[in-house]
Amino acid sequence: MHARLPRMLKDSAITALVAAALGIFIVGFRTYDVGKGLTFDYQFVDLGIAVVTIFFGRLGLLLAASGLRWPAFLLGTVLGAIGASPLKLPSTFLHWFVVFAGVFIILRTIWPFIDEAAAKSQRSAAGASLKQAGAKWFGAALLLIAVVLPLTPFADQQTMDLAVLILTYVMLGWGLNIVVGLAGLLDLGYVAFYAVGAYSYALLSTQYGLGFWTVLPLAGMMAATFGLVLGFPVLRLRGDYLAIVTMGFGEIIRLVLLNWVDLTNGPAGIGSIPGPTLFGAVFAENAPAGRQTFAEMMGVPFNSNQRLIFLYYIILVLALVTNFFTQRVRRLPVGRAWEALREDETACKALGINPTNTKLTAFAVGAMFAGFAGSFFAAKQRFISPESFTFIESAIILAIVVLGGMGSQIGVVLAAVLLIGMPEWFRDLGAYRMVVFGLAMVLIMVFRPRGLVSHREPSLRLHPVHRRGSA
Amino acid sequence: MSVPLIAVEHLTMRFGGLVAVDDVSFTARPREITAIIGPNGAGKTTVFNCITGFYKPTVGRLTLRGDKEYLLERMLGHEIGQRARVARTFQNIRLFPGMTALENLMVAQHNKLMRASGMSVFGLLGLKRFRIAEADAVEIARRWLERIDLVADADRPAGELPYGAQRRLEIARAMCTEPRLLCLDEPAAGLNPRESAELNNLLVSIRDEDGVGVLLIEHDMSVVMKISDHVVVLDYGRKIAEGAPAAVRDDPAVIQAYLGTDDEALDA
Repeated sequence: MHARLPRMLKDSAITALVAAALGIFIVGFRTYDVGKGLTFDYQFVDLGIAVVTIFFGRLGLLLAASGLRWPAFLLGTVLGAIGASPLKLPSTFLHWFVVFAGVFIILRTIWPFIDEAAAKSQRSAAGASLKQAGAKWFGAALLLIAVVLPLTPFADQQTMDLAVLILTYVMLGWGLNIVVGLAGLLDLGYVAFYAVGAYSYALLSTQYGLGFWTVLPLAGMMAATFGLVLGFPVLRLRGDYLAIVTMGFGEIIRLVLLNWVDLTNGPAGIGSIPGPTLFGAVFAENAPAGRQTFAEMMGVPFNSNQRLIFLYYIILVLALVTNFFTQRVRRLPVGRAWEALREDETACKALGINPTNTKLTAFAVGAMFAGFAGSFFAAKQRFISPESFTFIESAIILAIVVLGGMGSQIGVVLAAVLLIGMPEWFRDLGAYRMVVFGLAMVLIMVFRPRGLVSHREPSLRLHPVHRRGSA
Repeated sequence: MSVPLIAVEHLTMRFGGLVAVDDVSFTARPREITAIIGPNGAGKTTVFNCITGFYKPTVGRLTLRGDKEYLLERMLGHEIGQRARVARTFQNIRLFPGMTALENLMVAQHNKLMRASGMSVFGLLGLKRFRIAEADAVEIARRWLERIDLVADADRPAGELPYGAQRRLEIARAMCTEPRLLCLDEPAAGLNPRESAELNNLLVSIRDEDGVGVLLIEHDMSVVMKISDHVVVLDYGRKIAEGAPAAVRDDPAVIQAYLGTDDEALDA
């Protein structure tokens, strides 16, 4: 046998021991509510199976890492088979867990081959052109799905709710992508501009009776102004320092909203915000005086889904506008200057580019799209309070951008679907849902450290790709 | 005698107690290559950083003559590139590594294109005026790529190019800003003899064909002696000699600075 086997076995045993020590309180005991208090339930069989799986999982990974591909592959297959077999394990989650361990080991075994093949195709010109065409078709297919989704039978209330939520984050991700992905300014307080947009609409509509479509551009302008005002003093900072200060500003805005009770109604929030209208028609069962409902206007029976579908199309159009704008601006001098600034600020200065102005435009444009998204959010929720604009929101949006691959538009879509959609799809897993979620994040970061889509398409080419591909 | 392109007068730069540049004055003329040489730590790069606005000089005046007189010591870093049109390269190459060679040259034409795109408004609308300006800019970039022999690599990320190509690209990028004065900080560092000879030709053509004044920091004496018209020698932050290359080469003070003092020679 292999000389390093004893070392590997020892290492696997230690890993299993650590897992057992950590898991004994998390998995081993479970608290139950029995009417008048809590009691314990013991789940040591679960824990045992998990620890054994971890032992073999670690062993499989070590085998694969030291070049013993076949034993590792075999181990992975066995684990996968056990997990998938009708064998009676104490819970469904354990089945998933064991299957996952098997699949992971198999992936680890064959990963070097996949990696090499991918690198090879990337190096060849034909591969590059294929990739470009693939990205284009993939984008077009996603767009088509997004447009027809509400017309399909899947479009029940739950799905549409989730779709609207995902699209909101796609839009926010695209907006933040301008600031973080293109201009390279690490902004941890992006939610501040989202809040400014939301409160702009909430206040202007409830206090002055302005409609959604009137306020939308105003909210964007308002957020952009805030971007300029906040950006001016902080943009001379770089990297980590900028991140900390923007995070602070994000919190300041939230605290102001929380404490300026006269204006914002404080923690109680603002309620009964009117929803968006379509040519003056409202989406409700009964129209207020002097208004018409959408159902009356179109002569169709009222259905509560109509409102949701309408909201869906609004956010879809808003998100597409953001995307179109970014794609376009990336090919303009200002977009190229943003990217140059991300790459090397000193060199930019030497070329006569004003770094402050260039950063401010990126900051303001990013803030503007957050403002649009914010006023949509207020119109959708019909109630907003400072609680919706906490730091975790900024963190999620930033995670979407980083996970998608900085600067990649399609990457943002994939990451938003994963990050927002996954916690919903795994609801069946109950308490383990966030574990699976975290694990998926770790895997993506291990295998794709530069984000899901790390390919950068140049803003312009001297030699168009298809010509080089055929040559 | 023609009017100088840039006049450096009594330039002094102190960092705390350290005097990096001490009362240095010299001039550089248009359509000439002026070399600044000197041993390590002589203050050459500090002079460059003062001229290009990365440092504010403690004392001194830097006058650049273009369409009018620019007092460089009073201008902000990016204004020197934008208005006075002084371009520079760096000792350690500073390209935009993730962007392609062509994009690097397009970024260099930022200010011109920004005006043509009406601060992005015309560009967003896709107006013809902007499209023509952009096509012109691409054409300028393509000509420079031809001159530095990088047309085939135009769409490759700059960071993936070989070292010598990166050096040439950085010079081309500086030239795409249409400068009056080009400051090159050790452009021949790390080049092999063949690449170094190509660089000489490029610099001579920049002087003769583009009519740009070049200020050059260089350690490679074969480059300095062959192509420069005027040499300024610094040592310990002071100017110790100035003149034609041949005259400077035979100057005892220069030989002493480079080779050290021989006790007997001092006595003699």
